[in-house]
Amino acid sequence: MTTGDATKTLSGALLEGLRHSSWQSRLAVAVVALMLALLLVQAVQDPGQFTSQLLIGLTNGAIIALIALGYTLVYGIIELINFAHGDNFMIGSFVGLTVLSGTLFGLGLFAPISGDSGTIIKVAGVLIALVVAMAACGLLNVGIERIAYKPLRNSPRLAVLITAIGMSFILQNVGLVWKGPAQVPFPDLISSANILPGDAIVFRWKDLFVLAVTIPLLVGLSYFIKNTKQGKAMRAVAQDKEAAAMVGINVNRTISVTFLLGGILAGASGVMYGLFNGITVFNVGFTQGLYAFTAAVLGGIGNLSGAVVGGLLIGIIGSMADQYVGVRWTSIVIFAVLVLVLVFRPTGLLGDRSATQGGGSGRA
Amino acid sequence: MPEPNGGARAANGAGVTNILEARGITKTFGGLVAVNSVDFDIPERAIVSLIGPNGAGKTTFFNMVSGLYIPTSGRFVLTGRDITRMKPHERAQMGLGRTFQNIRLFGTMSAVDNVLAGMHVRLKGSILGSILGTPGVSREEKEARERAHALLGFVGLRGRQTFAKNLPYGDQRRLEIARALASDPKLLLLDEPTAGMNPQETARLTELIGRLREERGLSVLLIEHEMRVVMSISDRVTVLDHGEKISEGTPTEVRQDERVIEAYLGTARTG
Repeated sequence: MTTGDATKTLSGALLEGLRHSSWQSRLAVAVVALMLALLLVQAVQDPGQFTSQLLIGLTNGAIIALIALGYTLVYGIIELINFAHGDNFMIGSFVGLTVLSGTLFGLGLFAPISGDSGTIIKVAGVLIALVVAMAACGLLNVGIERIAYKPLRNSPRLAVLITAIGMSFILQNVGLVWKGPAQVPFPDLISSANILPGDAIVFRWKDLFVLAVTIPLLVGLSYFIKNTKQGKAMRAVAQDKEAAAMVGINVNRTISVTFLLGGILAGASGVMYGLFNGITVFNVGFTQGLYAFTAAVLGGIGNLSGAVVGGLLIGIIGSMADQYVGVRWTSIVIFAVLVLVLVFRPTGLLGDRSATQGGGSGRA
Repeated sequence: MPEPNGGARAANGAGVTNILEARGITKTFGGLVAVNSVDFDIPERAIVSLIGPNGAGKTTFFNMVSGLYIPTSGRFVLTGRDITRMKPHERAQMGLGRTFQNIRLFGTMSAVDNVLAGMHVRLKGSILGSILGTPGVSREEKEARERAHALLGFVGLRGRQTFAKNLPYGDQRRLEIARALASDPKLLLLDEPTAGMNPQETARLTELIGRLREERGLSVLLIEHEMRVVMSISDRVTVLDHGEKISEGTPTEVRQDERVIEAYLGTARTG
């Protein structure tokens, strides 16, 4: 919750890297500096393209950040990597697609909404798809926790982790049965036309849509956790479950609320992903989930600001690598950055789990 | 002798009602009997101390009262209701508050936020109201904040904006009491509140415990090693040794009990 410290911590990390002047850290700093320099050259040569890539990266990053928040929220409260979370995101995109196609359980409720529908219908359709997917994913996440994780609350952590992986497979196969193995097209509802005049910098309506949905969600989440009774309960439970119970906080309910929030964000992200990329597929949750998990770890898992920063960074690094290195290299670049960050800052960019966790050091 | 339990608020001879009654409380961990069929009463507005050598089962008993452990057998009645099977947060809702031997604050929250978290059960704001930020909820949160500051004042702290974990040790102890008070308990369990404190801090804390009863009408169950504290503020003292109750009575009675001297006071600092 300390977004203001973000830059301070980043520069702190760099300084720390310099001070540890072992050859590895010097090499790392040199590599990072070289990459930034090369990017700068590109930026100077063609500022329009560079800015466009940056904006695309920001949009992709926003979608990833929303998923990453789900990982980090759950990790913060029960220290579980919820591997089923990415697949929850996939279910979100499927639910959104189903709503837009106007069918539910084989019933045709209304005509499919497509690119040819009127503007009002499109806007309403997108909003309904978002809300339904958010609700569905939120409840699905709560259900998963109740059925699969809660009975294992006092088991070794590995048991829950394996269960989460199992849940991931179950959801993936539900998706496979539901929409088949091939990519499914999303209706093209949001214009890919450039908002900005001229061709120099590209910022499409699609990009605006993603940011317009993401920013209120982030602000709302931040307000919820900082200021509300439930948010305080979440922070309390994250830090000490027994002490929280002793002041009357219903720990199970608070954990459910956390899963609900994570699911809601994943649902929104899933619908946006579909509308933004025009397709979805049963295993999209694996790839996007992996990027989101990487983002959460990159920012410092358990730290909410970290998840957002990590998500945006991964998005931007990805889009830069797409443009200047080559699409086939993108994953390599992203995970190389992850490895680099973790080698020099094992707790992630924004440090320990201070956002939701109590640090826990020095106290039993 | 403890009376047979009479369900709702069994009255003692003097017409004093008990806030907590424990009957035949036993807890075993595998083959180890940590607490063995202990009967225990806490009268209203009383300060009752639980003492005994290390490993006597005091904290185990505490954890059973607060619901972190479920007794192997026996039952607890709090203000007339059987709480033996209730979850800790339900007991807190019924008016039970506690502190921990090793301070367990919410370290990365400010003092005020710790107290606000403690107020959780007394705030009504629903999840929906929280999300929508309805006027009722915001007003309630404003009032809660004022009450939190008042509580911090009561225990002698100011609401500083530092993380709780960065407060001085004595202040952390006080903050933990303020957090426990925030849920409006009728019975407060304090687990070694003066542990690690210097004589001045101990004296101030002893005075605070007295005020809990005088000004807020609380009953207090105290685990304490500092005999000066126990003897000066307790109405009654119960002594546990190897999980069994070996003595009970006023501080003077207990002090003169030979079994106690043998088991405990003989080897402890008596001031």
